Amino acid sequence: MLKYLIRRLSFLILTLLITSMVIFSVTQLLPGDVARVILGREAGEAALQALREELGLNDPIPVQYTRWLGNFVRGDWGKSYSTKSEIRPLVVQRLRNSLMLAAVILVISVPLAIFLGVIAGLNENKWIDNLISVASLAVVGLPEFVTGLVLIQIFSFRLRLLPANSSIRPTTSFIEALPMLILPALTATLVLLAYIARLTRAGVIEELKQQYVRTADLKGLPYQMVIFKHVLRNALIPTITVIAISMGWLISGLIVIENVFNYPGLGRLMVFAIDRRDLPLLQAVTMVAVLGFALSNLIADILYSVLDPRIRLG
Amino acid sequence: MDGEQAVLTIKNLTVAYRIGDRWFEAIRDIDLSIKSGQIYGLVGESGSGKTTLAMSILNYLGENGRILKGSIVFEGEEISSFPKEKMRSYWGRKISLVPQNPLSSLNPTLPVGEQVQEVLRLHLKMSEVESRRRVLELFEQVRLAEPQRVARSYPHQISGGMQQRVMIAMALATSPRLLLLDEPTTSLDVTTQASILDLIKELIRGQEMAVLYVTHNLGVVVELCHRVAVLYAGELVEDADLEDLFQQPLHPYTFGLLKSVPKLGQNKKEQVLSAIPGQIPALSQRGSGCIFQARCPIALDRCAERPPLEKINHHRSSRCHRWEELARREISLEELFETEGEAVNTPLPVQLKTEAAALDAQGIVVEFQSQQSFFESLSRRSSRKVKAVKDVSIRIEPGDTLGLVGESGSGKTSLARALSGLNEPEAGSIRIYGLPAAPKLSRRSRDILRRLQMVFQNPEEALNPFMTVGESLRRQLFVLQGIRGEEAQRLAEEMIKAVQLPLDVLNRRPNQLSGGEKQRIAIARAFITHPDVVIADEPVSSLDVSVQAAILNLINRLQGNFNNGLLFISHDLAVVSYLADQIAVIYLGALMQLCRAADLFKPPYHPYTEALLSAVPSVKLGTKAQTIRLEGDLPSPSEKINGCPFHSRCPRKIGEICERQAPPWRVDESTQKRIYCHYTLEELSQLQSPILDLGL
Repeated sequence: MLKYLIRRLSFLILTLLITSMVIFSVTQLLPGDVARVILGREAGEAALQALREELGLNDPIPVQYTRWLGNFVRGDWGKSYSTKSEIRPLVVQRLRNSLMLAAVILVISVPLAIFLGVIAGLNENKWIDNLISVASLAVVGLPEFVTGLVLIQIFSFRLRLLPANSSIRPTTSFIEALPMLILPALTATLVLLAYIARLTRAGVIEELKQQYVRTADLKGLPYQMVIFKHVLRNALIPTITVIAISMGWLISGLIVIENVFNYPGLGRLMVFAIDRRDLPLLQAVTMVAVLGFALSNLIADILYSVLDPRIRLG
Repeated sequence: MDGEQAVLTIKNLTVAYRIGDRWFEAIRDIDLSIKSGQIYGLVGESGSGKTTLAMSILNYLGENGRILKGSIVFEGEEISSFPKEKMRSYWGRKISLVPQNPLSSLNPTLPVGEQVQEVLRLHLKMSEVESRRRVLELFEQVRLAEPQRVARSYPHQISGGMQQRVMIAMALATSPRLLLLDEPTTSLDVTTQASILDLIKELIRGQEMAVLYVTHNLGVVVELCHRVAVLYAGELVEDADLEDLFQQPLHPYTFGLLKSVPKLGQNKKEQVLSAIPGQIPALSQRGSGCIFQARCPIALDRCAERPPLEKINHHRSSRCHRWEELARREISLEELFETEGEAVNTPLPVQLKTEAAALDAQGIVVEFQSQQSFFESLSRRSSRKVKAVKDVSIRIEPGDTLGLVGESGSGKTSLARALSGLNEPEAGSIRIYGLPAAPKLSRRSRDILRRLQMVFQNPEEALNPFMTVGESLRRQLFVLQGIRGEEAQRLAEEMIKAVQLPLDVLNRRPNQLSGGEKQRIAIARAFITHPDVVIADEPVSSLDVSVQAAILNLINRLQGNFNNGLLFISHDLAVVSYLADQIAVIYLGALMQLCRAADLFKPPYHPYTEALLSAVPSVKLGTKAQTIRLEGDLPSPSEKINGCPFHSRCPRKIGEICERQAPPWRVDESTQKRIYCHYTLEELSQLQSPILDLGL
């Protein structure tokens, strides 16, 4: 197990190294002169040249890359071109917001989706299964900005239960933020729900066909025990790993939802950086996003091997 | 035993399955009664409904199954109408099942000990501690070495034989009144099967328990059962005491079944197998007449009317209109079943026969890279290689058959794939009539490819589902010999006749054919280019018993016509010894014994051969002179074994020499029997006695 972990971690580092190269070269290839972006259209050639020199833009690309990577690892993520402030506190702040939202999403969506998926799977092709399947698919078909706006319409304007605007401040605590997190989380849940529920349903149906379920039945075990102890133990393995994988998306991929609710998460920061051609900011945000994806994949793999002894003990 | 109350009584049971929106009867009018202490054999091929019957008794039919009529009385209670929830107090406590496939029948993510403990806690109300202790006792009873370790293991960590022992321990934990065994040894190797059968026999004997043993293997029935019911296409055709049934079957199907299985010691030279023509009718094709009518050699007009299961005497019944004639021996079924087809009449291309053997393979070594990760392969440190075949040499003369026999994991398929070039051998030379064949398939010339053809185990996967049979055969001719057009069509038609199929199969696709028919096509495809060597890898093991014999006869006849060398691979010693002229016994990738088929049954034997012979359940009654059982399981192929590969399980191990030193080949000059052992042939002869009484 330890060997396995070390191997996985070294893979993770390799992945990050490669993606950092890709990110760096892609941002270098973006059209536009950084110095001109910073100084504006009227700047003189001498001033531009001086700035390029200062930023090290005249050095060969590999030198620029190693310098950037070295600084990044040491925690010096540079200054934003557009806001002129330190990048790191900004990204960390946004990451915290994104993590808070992701946590609320998981707490709402996972139990609900698994519950619905199990109910549907145990009643394959009966009316309750059809109802769950049709409803969850209908919801997943709608884009987030539609479901988000509908939820705002209902919960904010009609029922006046929850705020429509989720623009929290850096100083807002989790408890204070919670009411503002619920609507965006519900919107994301509607996207995830169908996905996780379908997967759970498929897992349950697949496992119910297995012969060990017959063995469990023919031992005389009560139905609930057959389902909870034998079927779900195996049926939920793929579901749990997929949930872990989707963590990466929850952290940095909720761009539309963050925009609808005006929520200051990593996704919106990334859009902001692209808008402003703010390369150091973009690089930093992307690296954090990649780290999120890589870590969630690692967690998924580890969970998989913990849950399934056939993987763990080979 | 007669006066005793039956534990289970089934009357008139008919069970149907829904396919689409129609119901088809899978079993019809079954009558069966099992007493306490009785082991009842239920024999049937796939599609006979034997598992359906077992599941009906358990009241565990799927959603699409339903009992149409009849009754199942268990200990005086009519249980067929009980709801599932009520059955839960019977299952595992009064009625237990040992299923066919132990690995998939155990929960992969729970330790096996816990899976047995569950039963104890549930039915015997044991505490956690008590149940844990009891599991260890049970595991000892079923002869599991290291019960502590096994109890903690997950199913995939223990061997198939051990898994089945766990299932048996689980089934017997509550001392049920009725035990159902559904092909419990079918997925196991023959040596493992033998020890599991011993165990079942030992545990059941003297128990107040009724046992139903479901199997397709008549040999197993002989080993274990008191009574036998024969099931064919959902109907009970004969029901009798074991001895009566084997001595004089009173239904033509029973007779055919008994005669179509090659017995140990039977050889093609002495006797053609009696094959039952045709195949079991599918669920949708079962008419109102006698169910066996279409395949029966003694069918009459009145067989269009379904015969009842007639009681012949107190112990016996048969579902045949003509049982009385059979009982009085007025009809002899012996000759009637022989199905000689028409011979191939095409003049064979004259083969320039040289001194060379059809196939001569020397020093074949096959290695597999064991799974390694990307980083491990970077470090190059541990390039773990698994030797699947270790320095094997074989030689097959034209017209001769070499039977290669070995258990799963013995390397027999690896050898076949190496010879045919599908896996490139690490070392060794392959010659066909003296012509060298490149180790790699892509380097082999068209001529070599034509000369060496293969028939695979599973015809379902061997035929292209998108090609008609005609296209497959013509393509073979075109690719290997450049023959096309009318000539190819003519040759294809001839070959179809030679494999005894109607010409219209040429226009059909594989999915329109039965398993037996598909295997005939695969055989036709292998033979159509007149190969010098045919490798047949378990060609009958995926087929039903009643279809097997016909395929074996076919292979035998074609070989007679084509005079090709044949490498016939099987795990079934009886089948191999029936078809082969020479026999090679392989264990862990190394040959243990090479001899003429006729000499296989006479001592001296290699100790492994001896164990194999002893393990085969015999269809004949009372022919086993001694029993030898192997301890433990086949070592993993990645384990490095010094000395003799068999030393870890050898019942005749001499001592350290077997572990240290590779044994020499002991050769009997007069018979050319070769044995790979530290004992000399004389020493072995003295130690061993004949396993089979060949006088019978």
